[in-house]
Amino acid sequence: MSYVPDNLVYTASHEWLEKLAEGHYRVGITEFAQEQLGDIVFVELPEVDEAYAQEDECGVVESVKTASDLFAPLAGTVVAVNSALEETPELINDSPYDDGWIFEFELDDESELENLLSPEDYRTSIEDED
Amino acid sequence: MPFIPHTDEEIKSMLDTIGVANIDVLFDEIPKELWSSKLDQLPDQMTEMEVVKKVKALAKKDGTPICFAGAGAYEHHIPAAVWQVATRGEFYTSYTPYQAEVAQGNLQVIYEYQSMIAHLTGMDVSNASMYDGASALAEAILMAIRANRKSKSKLILVPRTVNPVYAQVAHNIVKNQDIHLEYIDYDPATGLIDSKALDAYQDRDITAVVVPQPNYFGLYEDVHSLTDWTHAHNALAIAVVNPMSLALLSTPGKWGGNGADICCGEGQSMGIPMSSGGPFYGFLTCKESFVRQMPGRIVGMTTDLEGNPGFVLTFQAREQHIRRAKATSNICTNQGLMVTASTIYMALLGSSGLRNVAAHCINNADKLKKKLATIDGLKVLFDGAGFHEFVVQVQRSAAAVIADMAGRGYVAGVDISEQYPELGECILLCVTETKSDDELDAFVENLSACLD
Repeated sequence: MSYVPDNLVYTASHEWLEKLAEGHYRVGITEFAQEQLGDIVFVELPEVDEAYAQEDECGVVESVKTASDLFAPLAGTVVAVNSALEETPELINDSPYDDGWIFEFELDDESELENLLSPEDYRTSIEDED
Repeated sequence: MPFIPHTDEEIKSMLDTIGVANIDVLFDEIPKELWSSKLDQLPDQMTEMEVVKKVKALAKKDGTPICFAGAGAYEHHIPAAVWQVATRGEFYTSYTPYQAEVAQGNLQVIYEYQSMIAHLTGMDVSNASMYDGASALAEAILMAIRANRKSKSKLILVPRTVNPVYAQVAHNIVKNQDIHLEYIDYDPATGLIDSKALDAYQDRDITAVVVPQPNYFGLYEDVHSLTDWTHAHNALAIAVVNPMSLALLSTPGKWGGNGADICCGEGQSMGIPMSSGGPFYGFLTCKESFVRQMPGRIVGMTTDLEGNPGFVLTFQAREQHIRRAKATSNICTNQGLMVTASTIYMALLGSSGLRNVAAHCINNADKLKKKLATIDGLKVLFDGAGFHEFVVQVQRSAAAVIADMAGRGYVAGVDISEQYPELGECILLCVTETKSDDELDAFVENLSACLD
């Protein structure tokens, strides 16, 4: 069973969100997602200051097996990206919840977070996929 | 396994399995008016002997005209060794093999090809080739849209001095993808991209600019300023080049301050016969930072577990067998056999050989221009320097001149009057290293007799 931290919020497309400040969240992909992808060789990061609607494609995570789209978890604007991933994309494999974070996001409407998955819900969803 | 895989029995068994009465039902969704009629002009059967006779008789009708036409397909001498080697059984396959890594020899040829074409164009990486120059331009445009993420307009500027066939093919491929091609006029005095026409776009969001070299009229564009202008407007520069000319001209990688971003073109001139228009091959090269947006196959070199060098297909995660609809392209392949011949051609000539061919082309074109300037009824348009093609304006109908010359055993250029009506009756002529001085004189004499 992949590690699913209790302090995060999740999406069905395997992104996690961590609250940094009011309306301001850090986003990455889960341990389960990186395990499924295998060795990650390239990350196409979102554009800073770009606004996205929920589920918009905002980047690509490419592994030796496939290139997988990254989706905006909710509507919002990208305010920072983890540029360390440009040189060391394997950070996502090594540390999916810390050094492997992908971007920071200002949510348009924080209340929409309710529509995302709790750690329990996400655990159930990946058990089904396993 | 039988040589013919689908016997009537097998077809019936497959149809029964899926519960369909006959094969036509499978094509029901195609409107009936689009179905092709039966080929009732063809005889039911002919023996091999009869077919050979028939085809030989047809081929004889073509004769062996002397070619002064180019416009995208070029006659160059092909050393006999090229196709002798290319048609060896070990090389003779049209695509990248499906179980690619088993065919190390094929992969090595493609790797050598990529290295040569990347070097010739002065770019970092090349793919394993595309269908032809025109579809390579279309793919280069799609690639630029993906690569220039800061631009939201999907606006591509295409000069009218780009081969009109390429522009048309690119239009057909991108028109339903919300991509806008806008055409930039040329200066009628010079035959070169009109910088004033470009300046009309200076406040617009431009995704990419196509820069031809030499242009369709055979002339050298000011590629350095054009590339710098493009970059100053945050657009990507797509070079469309004749690879033979690059043996002498500055490579797209060195255009302007930062070099072109993507380079494409037709590879036929290097080792492929004109063959009435195909098969040809397109090439596509780019800066390393755009390699993940590059469509098609890419061969890489690696080492196996024991440290032996070997070749593999690389960057496959973006290809259609993995990314399906989101692949970098779903309508491309490589032209394995053409590329094999072309690689052998380049290897055989080497850089000094290619330079020689290019220099002879320029020399012959200059000679022919000078000779034509001495006859009446014809005017060489545009004064600028160029490669091996140029435009002449005639006082009769260009089509009639070309038809009369056909009667004298010449393919006397390509009538471009319809594509460029503002130039009047015009013929695009081409002369390569294949023509002797006597042939040039005879051509001028015959042409002179067809002008009034």
